[in-house]
Amino acid sequence: MMRHLISAADLSRDDAVLILDTAEEMARVADRPIKKLPALRGRTVVNLFFEDSTRTRISFEAAEKRLSADVINFAAKGSSVSKGESLKDTAQTLEAMGVDAVVIRHGASGAPYRLATSGWIDAAVINAGDGTHQHPTQALLDAFTMRRRLVGRDAGLGKDLAGKRITIVGDILHGRVARSNVDLLHTLGAEVTLVAPPTLLPVGVETWPCEVSYDLDSTLPKSDAVMMLRVQRERMNAAFFPTEREYARRYGLDGDRMAKMPEHAIVMHPGPMVRGMEITADVADSDRCTAIEQVANGVHTRMAVLYLLLGGNEPAVAHARPEESK
Amino acid sequence: MSKILIRGAKVLGGEAQDVLIDGETIEAVGSGLSAEGAQVIEAEGQVLLPGLVDLHTHLREPGREDSETVLTGTKAAARGGWTAVHAMANTFPVADTAGVVEQVWRLGRESGYCDVQPIGAVTVGLEGKKLAELGAMHDSAAGVKVFSDDGKCVDDAVMMRRALEYVKAFDGVVAQHAQEPRLTEGAQMNEGVVSAELGLGGWPAVAEESIIARDVLLAEHVGSRVHICHLSTAGSVEIVRWAKSRGIDVTAEVTPHHLLLTDELVRSYNPVYKVNPPLRTEKDVMALREALADGTIDIVATDHAPHPHEDKDCEWAAAAMGMVGLETALSVVQQTMVETGLLDWAGVAERMSVNPAKIGRLDGHGRPVSAGEPANLTLVDPAYRGAVDPAGFASRSRNTPYEGRELPGRVTHTFLRGRATVIDGKLT
Repeated sequence: MMRHLISAADLSRDDAVLILDTAEEMARVADRPIKKLPALRGRTVVNLFFEDSTRTRISFEAAEKRLSADVINFAAKGSSVSKGESLKDTAQTLEAMGVDAVVIRHGASGAPYRLATSGWIDAAVINAGDGTHQHPTQALLDAFTMRRRLVGRDAGLGKDLAGKRITIVGDILHGRVARSNVDLLHTLGAEVTLVAPPTLLPVGVETWPCEVSYDLDSTLPKSDAVMMLRVQRERMNAAFFPTEREYARRYGLDGDRMAKMPEHAIVMHPGPMVRGMEITADVADSDRCTAIEQVANGVHTRMAVLYLLLGGNEPAVAHARPEESK
Repeated sequence: MSKILIRGAKVLGGEAQDVLIDGETIEAVGSGLSAEGAQVIEAEGQVLLPGLVDLHTHLREPGREDSETVLTGTKAAARGGWTAVHAMANTFPVADTAGVVEQVWRLGRESGYCDVQPIGAVTVGLEGKKLAELGAMHDSAAGVKVFSDDGKCVDDAVMMRRALEYVKAFDGVVAQHAQEPRLTEGAQMNEGVVSAELGLGGWPAVAEESIIARDVLLAEHVGSRVHICHLSTAGSVEIVRWAKSRGIDVTAEVTPHHLLLTDELVRSYNPVYKVNPPLRTEKDVMALREALADGTIDIVATDHAPHPHEDKDCEWAAAAMGMVGLETALSVVQQTMVETGLLDWAGVAERMSVNPAKIGRLDGHGRPVSAGEPANLTLVDPAYRGAVDPAGFASRSRNTPYEGRELPGRVTHTFLRGRATVIDGKLT
């Protein structure tokens, strides 16, 4: 296992399957009356958030606490960082206090990579979202959710997502979730199609290991999972699309469109959802939408990542994992 | 002043000859020269060039003496083989008045390591709103001939037109930093395959090319000359080539780093590779080399841009743009142009000394290596091989993209009007 988790592209197929399998073990812990493991007792993890993200921060915090780690939350707003302290000084200050791992969310693409590779600190670095670059634990929790729903909770152990057709719809250009998912899903053998207006696709997307389409309706019948990404309303002010209504008409998922999907196909959303924009309320609240499930799976997956990165080579809980994942 | 005899140097890379310097001028060029009491420099195997002239240097003084001063910058220039540099106007305060350009000019004279020719800002405060007193800067002791808002683009078409027209009165030239501002809002690196993967804001080639296209047409319309700073894309080359074929009076420069480095290096997120204009693709690099060889691009200019360590020792988005270049430029040109067979040393002399002096209307530089000419000379050992060690730089800043990289060639001696500023690679 690697020392840091910076990009979903850094994960091999076997690494990723090991994380997903370990996450299933962690999920079993969540079903127990006492949802806590001693695995990281005496280890200190700091959640270093330079950007507001209550959901991701709480998810990591829950994962860290269930593994018995000591947790420090550091929000950059209102701290010395807002007074001009550099990322390097902040990180070195935290490490001097004995931090074993840094979970970092930063507005600048590449900030976690710099933290992990510049010799500033020795602690393990986990990327909790950097700029418009990567959000690898989001991709892992999405893959976990897909494997459970499309392959099976037990049947999925040791397996990848070979042959599954995944459609990702929305703001690909500004989206770290899309980048991470394309990388990881490709590694896991899935066939990915991105759907967006051309303005919200990056120049260079043609080299990514996926298909690109501007037409949602023709893609839906060929999808096992459809992941809707949040589209910020402010984007229309920069002429990425004309109006909210036009975006919703062409790229939003409503009940009629959902009916075009195969019966077994699921609707995913990393949250927070903009109801009425990329997804209608009836779709968001339907049984086929896994948004809430993804939140729960996020805790399991982040537990698995923390456990594996911070030295857990033994099975986390007392039952054997399938042979091929060892 | 005593006499100096440079013995057996390949003048412009040609036949080995002796060059005798007497005082500030070259007394004789020939074989078997001897002179009583002259200091002799054995230069067998070395190449003698006219002193290099940089049309694009950031000396940072006044205002950012923490990154460079006129003194440290001119020392770096001498080590790199330069005998004259043009100091860009984006200082604090901006060099947009006769007072500031005279200050920089005076500091250059005091340094003594190379001539410093100040560039004046086109607009007040580089803000693009009001024309600076270009005539006053020209008429000052600094005698400004080149005007540039470098770092910022003169993006207002009317402002650019007026500036192009106005400087005709005193044979000036506007050096444009071609960057359409709206297309580069939030831009962090070349827009393409790598930016898409890295999630860094894209800096499209068209943002440079559209301004160059507009400006060559403006220059044609008003009958002015225009100089394009740091060309970085294959498309820009095509536009300049077309403009020259139409007889438009346009000149263009390329930096050493754009002749060698590509945006693939940005994958490291190491801000030492963050520069404006950004590193482009392999295809662009090849087009720039070809254009420099065929004369479409007239000169190499360093865009030497010193920054203190803390401005690069941080995350990419927070880092300053720019690289130091004075002390590595000739080596990069040797590697990318000479050793590839695209240029001979006479071609290097033309593009790094003769042409920049012509564009800047700089007297006494870029002259032939022949009797009676000012002894501004650079002696290069092209056989030298060594890794770049920023700790040895004379520049106050260390933000080089070449740390640890092996580059060929080394400036052994630099002469400014007959006085050695560098001897055996060391400053005097």
